[in-house]
Amino acid sequence: MLKRLLITTAIALAIGGVAEAQTPRKGGTIRFTAPYGSSFANLDIHTSNRAQDEIWAKAIHRSLYNWDAAAGKPVLELAKSVEASGDGLTYTFKLRDDAYFHNGRKLSADDIIWTYNHLMDGGKAYPGARYVRMIKGAVDVEKGQAKTISGLRKIDDNTFEMTLTERIDPGFYFWTATTSIYPAGESQNEAFASNPIGLGPYKLAEYVPGSRLVAERWDKFYNTGKPYADKVAIMIMGEASARDVAFRNKEIDASILGPAQYVAYKNDPELSKGLLEVAEVYTRVMGMNPEFKPFADKRVRQAINYAIDADLIIKRLVKDKAYRATSWLPPTSPGFDKSVKPYPYDPEKAKKLLAEAGYPNGFEFEWTATSNESWGIPIAEAVIPMLEKVGIKAKIKPVEGSVLSEVVRKGEYQAFLWSLSTGPDPQAALKCFHSKTPQTACNYTLFKNEEVDKLLDEAGSTNDATKKVENLTKVNNIVFDEAPYWFFNYNKAVMAHQPWLKGLQPNATELAIQNFEEMWVDESSPAAK
Amino acid sequence: MAAFLLRRLLQTVPILLAVALIIFILFSVIPGTFASSMSDDGRSVIDVQVMERMNKEFGFNDPVYVRFGKYVAQLVQLDLGTSFRTRQPVTKVLAERMWPTLLLTFASMLFSIVVGVPLGFIAALRPGSWVDTVSMVGAVSGLSLPKFWLGLLMMYLFALVLGWLPSFGYGDGSLRYLVLPSIALGVAPMALLARTTRAAVLEIMNADFVRTARAKGMSERKVVQWHLTRNALVIVLTTIGLQFGTVIGQAVVIEKLFSWPGLGSLLVDSVTLRDIPVVQGAILLIVLSFLVINTLVDVLCALIDPRIKYT
Repeated sequence: MLKRLLITTAIALAIGGVAEAQTPRKGGTIRFTAPYGSSFANLDIHTSNRAQDEIWAKAIHRSLYNWDAAAGKPVLELAKSVEASGDGLTYTFKLRDDAYFHNGRKLSADDIIWTYNHLMDGGKAYPGARYVRMIKGAVDVEKGQAKTISGLRKIDDNTFEMTLTERIDPGFYFWTATTSIYPAGESQNEAFASNPIGLGPYKLAEYVPGSRLVAERWDKFYNTGKPYADKVAIMIMGEASARDVAFRNKEIDASILGPAQYVAYKNDPELSKGLLEVAEVYTRVMGMNPEFKPFADKRVRQAINYAIDADLIIKRLVKDKAYRATSWLPPTSPGFDKSVKPYPYDPEKAKKLLAEAGYPNGFEFEWTATSNESWGIPIAEAVIPMLEKVGIKAKIKPVEGSVLSEVVRKGEYQAFLWSLSTGPDPQAALKCFHSKTPQTACNYTLFKNEEVDKLLDEAGSTNDATKKVENLTKVNNIVFDEAPYWFFNYNKAVMAHQPWLKGLQPNATELAIQNFEEMWVDESSPAAK
Repeated sequence: MAAFLLRRLLQTVPILLAVALIIFILFSVIPGTFASSMSDDGRSVIDVQVMERMNKEFGFNDPVYVRFGKYVAQLVQLDLGTSFRTRQPVTKVLAERMWPTLLLTFASMLFSIVVGVPLGFIAALRPGSWVDTVSMVGAVSGLSLPKFWLGLLMMYLFALVLGWLPSFGYGDGSLRYLVLPSIALGVAPMALLARTTRAAVLEIMNADFVRTARAKGMSERKVVQWHLTRNALVIVLTTIGLQFGTVIGQAVVIEKLFSWPGLGSLLVDSVTLRDIPVVQGAILLIVLSFLVINTLVDVLCALIDPRIKYT
């Protein structure tokens, strides 16, 4: 009897202990970092689509949808329900009735409709316009031919209807911060630029340009009991080595790691306990311009994939801070086929293919790349000797990031090395391979395949989710076989976090972007009070 | 003196115009635009329509000479334009970031003057001694050490190991956040000032008027105070004036390392993102600061040395 009691008590204590560890604690400050530059653009998130700015925007703003990192899909955020019409083009949203802006105003359908109209302002160039353009009539507003978007209709204060131009999942288009919902008309006030008003769990408390943004709890946030922490302090720290020192000194709670820090942290017995690793939806690739004669031949493109020992480069150069790419879509994508194997390292096969294609002695090409340590010149330099083994000579053309973006869009390259977004929407990611998609949009390698076009058109016109995924998987596999790219790797994002920081989400779209209302700090945090 | 100051003021105008023209031409010919930089991280695509609207909004569809003409017309009205990135007036953007850079620059120069000048004096007054050797070796090291590395080392030692100071950031603007970045930035000018001061003092020590003063029975303390210091100061002040400009330019590295929200880090971001109005404005501001400081130095030299007369 006593033995049973002791065992029961021990089990209860253990369960209680675990429950205690998991129970979010209220209070304290989350000291987060924005690692992608030395500043934020400004406090109007509609003007920026950069990850750096989405980090702070996630604290202060909300969009119609939000990204559920655990489920790996967009979920309703500002609406409690949505109903799609039979043809899959019209969606009726019932908004939540407990969402308040930071100025105390209640969210209504007017705010959503105003925001989307605002994003299509023809006199401004808001990056979010590319998402809102999917709504019927949005283009007319953009061109100045209409005052309001005809595809948005208010039914009542809490209900509105959205009619789309094609069958897409609106969740994939209206979850990013660039489509954050603003209170109708208020962003035109000058004060809004320095004091943004949003629907997020935190409201702006302090902003020191180039240094930090501090937000404090919004008590009327609609998720009851959240946010947990009193404040979020987002420190702008673009220098990885400085973040390393600050993290070890316990001045910050989380830090995105580069390859050098990843190795050091993995090998540290204490630091290694606080690493969150996520396969992000970015594929690192070498694009091959088919207008450069050798790359017009599929055999040459496949030969390049066979000629490069990607696993060795990932292990030795990228320090295992990446996953080997086996297609365009990343492993978290619904269209990813687990059965597909990557191109094996086989220089003999590469030589054979080159000979068949009419290049027994190889050829020479110019390779445009930036200085990025994970997908830039250092990688190209490692690849060059491997290509030389099969007779291909490559000459590096170093450029800046903004220049790379420009030359690739214009097709002014023979080959380029880049890290490209391949999610989270597989349909949007694979649309880049539709022959109607221009090079200036994202069909950088001028891909053209009738089967792919047909499969994509079918996926775009069906309501059957299973058929859609089937088609997209086939497209992904065809693209892999056609090899318009050397498929290098998928980014492994790594965030080091202090033991007192809880609630981090494995966000595959961008690990640095977190829903702060899910996070909390325990008593051991230096900023627990 | 008034005529000199007026002349200097008038000289500033063509210098600033020339700088504005050079930057304008440079950014007109280098590849990459603000629109293309919005998607250089590969994260999201800026579609063609948005890019075209950006180009229209920011005036890129106009010919270069039209754009330059508009820019000069704005400059005349002291309007530096609007930042592509922040959509705010450039004057506002610069004003937000100017004070931290000024604070950092003045703090590092103060450190370099307070440490470097006396060090140079002591080394010159004891030539060949261990003090002279140690201080000059230190000076050479200070000039040779890369700022980035020195800054990291200081972060590691004073923040992580000793826990005396914060490792990064502007904090509440208090002195403890300023110490590490200002010393890291001030070490090189301190070293240069020490060497310049030593050389200046050594040269003056052997001058006729100093020998005369000693022959007349003046104490060594008074010789140093009245003759060596005042005469050496002119050379030292000129070096300080030139170093201000160098320090403002080199603040970029330290600002990025320490997450110091100054003009330097803003400039780097703006160049990368092709936010040309901010780049132009920031460079013009830095050039103007340099010109003003050097004018002040020239005035101070004239006040210290009555032989210097400006007409």
